[in-house]
Amino acid sequence: MTKVKVKGRGGVTSRWGGFFFVLPSIIAVGIFVYGMIAWTLNISLTNKNSSAVHNPKYVGFVNYTSLLHDARFTHALGNLAKFTVVFIFGTLISGFIMALLLEKGIAGEGLFRSIYLYPMAISFIAMGTVWNWLMNSTHDKGAGGLNLILLKLHLGFLQNDWYISQKGSMYAMALPAIWQMSGYVLALFLAGFRAIPDDMREAARVDGASEAKIYRYVLFPQLSPTFLTVLIILGHISMKVFDLIIGISGKSYVTDVLAVYMWQVTFDFTNYAKGAAIAMVILFMVAIVVIPYLRYVNKSEEYR
Amino acid sequence: MSSDIVDRITAHVPSHRAKNRKLSGTAQFWLIFRYISLFFILALVILPIYVLVVNSFKGTSVFLEDALKWPTHWTVETWPKAWAVLGGAMFRTLFFVVQSSIISAILGSINGYVLSKWRFRGSRMIFILFLFGMFIPYQAIMIPLVQFNTWAGLGSSIYVLVLAHVIYGIPICTLIFRNYYATIPDELIEAGRVDGASMVRIYRSLILPLSIPGFVVVLIWQFTSAWNDFLFAIFLTGGSPNLQVTTTALNFLTGSSNQTYYGVNMTASLMASIPTLLVYMFLGRYFLRGLLSGSLKG
Repeated sequence: MTKVKVKGRGGVTSRWGGFFFVLPSIIAVGIFVYGMIAWTLNISLTNKNSSAVHNPKYVGFVNYTSLLHDARFTHALGNLAKFTVVFIFGTLISGFIMALLLEKGIAGEGLFRSIYLYPMAISFIAMGTVWNWLMNSTHDKGAGGLNLILLKLHLGFLQNDWYISQKGSMYAMALPAIWQMSGYVLALFLAGFRAIPDDMREAARVDGASEAKIYRYVLFPQLSPTFLTVLIILGHISMKVFDLIIGISGKSYVTDVLAVYMWQVTFDFTNYAKGAAIAMVILFMVAIVVIPYLRYVNKSEEYR
Repeated sequence: MSSDIVDRITAHVPSHRAKNRKLSGTAQFWLIFRYISLFFILALVILPIYVLVVNSFKGTSVFLEDALKWPTHWTVETWPKAWAVLGGAMFRTLFFVVQSSIISAILGSINGYVLSKWRFRGSRMIFILFLFGMFIPYQAIMIPLVQFNTWAGLGSSIYVLVLAHVIYGIPICTLIFRNYYATIPDELIEAGRVDGASMVRIYRSLILPLSIPGFVVVLIWQFTSAWNDFLFAIFLTGGSPNLQVTTTALNFLTGSSNQTYYGVNMTASLMASIPTLLVYMFLGRYFLRGLLSGSLKG
């Protein structure tokens, strides 16, 4: 980058002139992102536990330590962990398979690709209505949706309660999330595959490597940055999951996750301090994933 | 950004082997295998939208057992009912979404221009700090934002959502424009400077005319994400029925009514998705670009 020191006609030195144009955004982000995060932290350290508290006092980390003994919170955290594992693996694998099927180019590719990607354009709230039905728990007679499909396929024994079951609710919840996000992963991997120069494949082919070996030893290693990106993106989406849960099952206990619990604590119970503490926990988990990633992106950009 | 990410995805890759040579047995097998798998996945991807569409034309009372069936007689009787619930909210959503998208695009363009072409000390740090704002869970700012909303007296106005989407859209809009402007050669700026043009002048006469694709991407991205947003809407306008937007109105409908009205619920869900589906159908390429900008690297 060339260092700019020439004076522009507007009289602004070009070096700092730019700063003033970005200043409104800097102030906005400063206040509404960082300032408000600080303020949330501040609230989480007080005893503002109901709307009756008018002069909150600082109580240290009490709101955080009490979360550990809050069965509802640990339940939501456990749910989130189950959801995250199934969602990340499921989306990663299905998106990757789609990309594998398409990457060499095939007649009709454009059509497949655009249909695979359309779920990204629809809101979780709208699709919630459908998934609520598809994952209806009625078995055998009267079954509709997925249970009916399983029956028709003579796989009736696979019928289950989906998102209302005690054990499997979060695994079922991951299904619509996988459906919605697989296209995204497909797009990222497709871009990854197509960034690999054809010469590399050709060279391996000339050396007599089998197709399977070409994938395993030539192509897959090239995709590891894409793989990392996908993991980070899915990870932070998963930790924030909210609309999807609300859209399908509302505030039901079996599908509780941190974001939904935070909403309930804050607005149904007006316990701002506890709500703020839960919010800070979510932020902390997202930060652990995202900050190293931002550092990595920053470094690799300098390299370019 | 050596080769553009969306170009790579949509690149036409000729299946050259099919054209030039006669396929060997194994190659033929794999081709058939690929098509079968692709169609199988296609069916899975289409299934939910199929259910949504067919059940929107079966009338008010549809039954779970028939969820997957083709309608025996088509009727649009649920459409006026769904519109009665959703229509006002959809117009209100359109009203604020258009405004927030335009303001976001303008801010993003200015920020992206400065941060890619007129860097100053610390501009890199500022950019990284902006980016972090893109990933944060909005729960972490929601309580203060709600308090600010009450304090500033915005609570009874839809403009609170314009404010939220503009401010929390700054990171992604800046990122999209910064990456877009990075593809414009620095020599163009140099040439402008040699001719004595100021930073603002260069922006107006050289950069802005080239920015249309960037604007389309950002407008579509902001439109789609604000249209589909539920979190800000429920926190900032949740309580008041006269501030309902599409997602909150839809959630209120589907969350409260029983199965007798499933036909209306399905229709309303489809209706709420039509604007973003249309955008995707006609401007998919730009939508994809916005979507992938969240992955930071091109």
